[in-house]
Amino acid sequence: MPYSPLLVKPMREELSSAGVKELLTPEDVDAFMNEKSGTALLIFNSVCGCAAGMARPGVRLALQHDRQPDRIASVFAGQDLEATAKARAYIGDIPPSSPSIAFFKDGELVYFVPRHRIEGRDAYAVAEDLKAAFNEHCEVPAS
Amino acid sequence: MGTFHQGKSELHGITVVVDTTGPEVFVGRCDDMDDRGILLNDVDVHQDGEGGRSKEEYVRRAAMLGVWKKHDRLFIPSDRIASVRRLGEI
Repeated sequence: MPYSPLLVKPMREELSSAGVKELLTPEDVDAFMNEKSGTALLIFNSVCGCAAGMARPGVRLALQHDRQPDRIASVFAGQDLEATAKARAYIGDIPPSSPSIAFFKDGELVYFVPRHRIEGRDAYAVAEDLKAAFNEHCEVPAS
Repeated sequence: MGTFHQGKSELHGITVVVDTTGPEVFVGRCDDMDDRGILLNDVDVHQDGEGGRSKEEYVRRAAMLGVWKKHDRLFIPSDRIASVRRLGEI
């Protein structure tokens, strides 16, 4: 059963205020994923503070890095159920977990952080993993 | 921003590998653990040799991407538990 929208609102805003686009419907997800060129980060947001409490600030820190994905979006697991199911269809055989983070290049999944790689770690550690993926796959910004 | 899980064991919310004294190994998210055993949510179970994979081979594979749950909730009594490890540390 989804939590109260009031409770979840600040968890949504923690990402959207950092420039993460919220995908609320399956159509939103398809539109985001159908743009194949370049790099795309898709965050499976979640209520549970045990892991999501580190995932969101980790993403925010990573988004201050000099190399960035071309497009960044999130779905909210347990809240936006249809959008989340649609997003999970794009990560193939990977078991669903939330929070989790998928990173695509030219439409292909190239990096995935499942929930158990977030649990018990701090935001800086989560951010460092993401920054390493950005370094590997994202273009150096034009100076 | 965290959420509301006071009073639980330190492994609450953490995905763990529970190896048993028998052929089974479990992977699930710990709800709570005490002297009586461990309560897991969203649990997968693997039998040694199932699908041609040993327990450790199964655990290494689970550590890469996670598991597909077979049970929503499962309690494993202490007398069956050989070890409890964090999946994220494997």
